[in-house]
Amino acid sequence: MSKNGKPKFGMYWASSCGGCEISVLNIGEKILDVDAVFDVVFWPVAADFKYEDVRNYPDGYIDLCLFNGAIRNSENEEMARLVRKKSKVLVAFGSCAYEGCIPALSNFTTKEATYRAVYLDNPSTDNPDGVLPQEITQVPEGELEIPTFYNTVKALDQVVPVDYYIPGCPPEPPQIWAVLEAVVAALTQGADLPPAGSIIGATQVAVCEECPLEKHEKTIDRFYRPYEKQPEPGLCLLEQGIICMGPATVGGCGALCPQVGMGCRGCYGPLPGVEDQGARMLTALASVIDVGKIGDDEAKLDRELDEIMDTIVDPAGTFYRFSMSHSILHRARVSGNGQKKGEA
Amino acid sequence: MTEKFEPLIIGFTCNWCSYRAADLAGISREKYPPNVRLMRLMCSGRLDPMFVLKALAGGADGVLITGCHPGECHYLEQNYKALRRYKLLQKMLAQFGIEPERVKLVWASAAEGVRLAREITKMVEEIRALGPLDWSDSVLSNGNGSSPALVSESKVSAQEVNA
Repeated sequence: MSKNGKPKFGMYWASSCGGCEISVLNIGEKILDVDAVFDVVFWPVAADFKYEDVRNYPDGYIDLCLFNGAIRNSENEEMARLVRKKSKVLVAFGSCAYEGCIPALSNFTTKEATYRAVYLDNPSTDNPDGVLPQEITQVPEGELEIPTFYNTVKALDQVVPVDYYIPGCPPEPPQIWAVLEAVVAALTQGADLPPAGSIIGATQVAVCEECPLEKHEKTIDRFYRPYEKQPEPGLCLLEQGIICMGPATVGGCGALCPQVGMGCRGCYGPLPGVEDQGARMLTALASVIDVGKIGDDEAKLDRELDEIMDTIVDPAGTFYRFSMSHSILHRARVSGNGQKKGEA
Repeated sequence: MTEKFEPLIIGFTCNWCSYRAADLAGISREKYPPNVRLMRLMCSGRLDPMFVLKALAGGADGVLITGCHPGECHYLEQNYKALRRYKLLQKMLAQFGIEPERVKLVWASAAEGVRLAREITKMVEEIRALGPLDWSDSVLSNGNGSSPALVSESKVSAQEVNA
């Protein structure tokens, strides 16, 4: 704690979109309380501190550091190690730091294929010389170096130990505030912090439990992509054939997406005790398919099942939209040219 | 590696049919390669796709799922659920770059010891032709930056599977 008695607060973004930072500001006027309670010592999006300042802090100087963003390159990893050393409490804030999130979907391809898509094949990119980022570039003034871009995106806890996780893409403001309050209470009044490794801000049950949409037995003979169907209001989306990750996702968000007609994306991560959110969603989805009765001809059953599976476009990307880094397989097996062995 | 590649296959069997088929194969002195490690579940419907992912990530070169023929499930229709999960899993595994031959579903009744032994023999040869999967060493550690933690963790689970 500093001389003025305020705990020190830091927030860092690695491979992220900036949405987590905005969700912190979305706590509204309470942000003034954050400023009143904390002494901000590092927050690239909001305050002008340099990496050098952080390097010069003594170890454990920052009382609470929220880290959002996945580990995509060597700079992300270096900063993760640095703020870990300088922070008493390090929180993986948001889905990217917690389990990889959208950036980790690139684990389905390679660094080379990502570069090709971004710098060469993208229709809005004008790059006739095919220039690609180089780690080292010689210029008249000397040598320039940029961070190494990794082939595989990792979650924060796959690089450094993490004290707490706050799930969500982005985390919901009331939960952010609840977490800040708990940490302030611990730092100023000696209250107990939650046990290390806790996932804070999530419930213990599935999104379905807090979803008010009406649910019946699910018997589905085809799936629809969001644009293919106008959902009937008030009725469970999965029941209507719209893929909703609710059954495989832990609650805490208040089921915001299903209530406005968009199936749960799965951003709060797996339920307690579930190691692989995608596998759990696969099980849930396969269980509600209502094709194939006892006595059916096997060839016919096979054909009908293939047809319905064809309506699930991109199962891996859907089931692992947020949890790829924490999934059991972690990445796809792809050769340098982006070819996969299993795909035709 | 100069040693000949011996595929490691994790096989899941159903208590009521395929486990007994494997037993029958033994009693009838029907030979099948020792590359498959059979595990007994109460039903193919008990097979969580996570078991398959774990086996593959942990060092298996293939996974064999077996159960009762459609219409013959001891629990009425759980093998239909197993079939649906298998179909969806196959589609998903292709996106992970895993060949369809590596994960196979075979129906075998308690009387089909010979059939099960033949299917196992066939699968072992197919996977031998594909070569090792070697998830933790060749997939996870490939161009992954410095990630000793991740790789060593996967190796621990590989040992568990081998043990």
